[in-house]
Amino acid sequence: MEIKILGTGCSKCEKLEKNLETALKELNAKADIEKVDNLAVIVSYGVMSTPGLVIDGEVKSIGKVPKVKELKKMLGY
Amino acid sequence: MNIFSWLNDQLLKMKWLWNLVELLVEKVFKLSMETRVGGSIHFFIYDTIKIFILLSVMIFIISFIQSYFPPERTKKIIGRFKGLKGNIFGALLGTVTPFCSCSSIPIFIGFVSAGLPLGATFSFLISSPMIDLASLMLLMSFFGTKVGTVYVAVGLVVAVIGGVLINRLRMEKYVESYVWGVENVDIEIEELTRKDRIEFAKSQVKEIVGRVWPYILIGVGIGAGIHNWVPQSIIEKVLGEGNPFSVLIATFIGIPIYADIFGTIPIAEALIAKGVGIGTVISFMMGVTTLSIPSLVMLSKVVKPKLLATFVAIVTLGIIIVGYGLNGLSFLLI
Repeated sequence: MEIKILGTGCSKCEKLEKNLETALKELNAKADIEKVDNLAVIVSYGVMSTPGLVIDGEVKSIGKVPKVKELKKMLGY
Repeated sequence: MNIFSWLNDQLLKMKWLWNLVELLVEKVFKLSMETRVGGSIHFFIYDTIKIFILLSVMIFIISFIQSYFPPERTKKIIGRFKGLKGNIFGALLGTVTPFCSCSSIPIFIGFVSAGLPLGATFSFLISSPMIDLASLMLLMSFFGTKVGTVYVAVGLVVAVIGGVLINRLRMEKYVESYVWGVENVDIEIEELTRKDRIEFAKSQVKEIVGRVWPYILIGVGIGAGIHNWVPQSIIEKVLGEGNPFSVLIATFIGIPIYADIFGTIPIAEALIAKGVGIGTVISFMMGVTTLSIPSLVMLSKVVKPKLLATFVAIVTLGIIIVGYGLNGLSFLLI
């Protein structure tokens, strides 16, 4: 699984990363997490409100920090 | 007294809180309200509590409304309107879109790459920090319905005209070229449930209050200082209506400062109490909220210096005209 966190290092992005790590750990799942902070790249996903979450090329969440439970659902569990 | 003015006094102006803090200062601290110390302590406590209450309630309501207009959707709405209508909708949507200055650049890139006219994008960028529903309610609470309405109305006019001018000047070539290379992607935005929106609104209250509280305390502190310690004569000399440069001075003091309307209100309140003209005060508030060094630094990443300078010049001029105009018409407002 390929996961991208879109954001420019705001506090919400860090929180998203933390929640994501917790979700992956609890699911015993592995994924490559890449942080994207280049604005032109972020916008090219159609995202203007950060943080954005992209899983396998698909935008799953924008402008908010999903809870661990919601993240698990987005990860397909 | 009719029910409407009672509601206005108690709910918006929070007369009950004023009385409560007066009791606290006089009975608990044993300070007279007439003394400087007593007066400024009252100002500080009352204003701080009032602003935090208003702030939390307003951000909750507004975030709920805003959850219907994320920038990804705003982009599509503005894109439907051409010419002046695009500017008007840009300015109007700027008042309800979730906004912190950190998101202005992705929004700029997103709008421009979607082919929205540069002018409509700038109308949005001007109105976004300058006016929102929270500032309307706050201004109504502190200065009355007329001042609140007028602030929003002239703010929208500045945003629309500013955008139209930038369109007319054909500044497209002064946008950094990489912005044009970004592909326009529309994403499907999931429909939120009411519960999601309430969750979003709650998290916005937490986040925004957590971010702006120091600015509010500083603002209230400065306000309390002006209110009780700076002699009226000095304020009048610098910012009073007798000084023809008052609006210019207020605008240029306001521009470099970075704060939002919540931190600015207590200063404005103290200035008005000292007899500063309403136009001068509004210029100061617009200068603080709309232009600031941090926001210009960010904007400079996507536009070239010439467009940046044009933007600053147009907004500054607009704010100054508003100030002198409203000072001239102040007899209608207060």
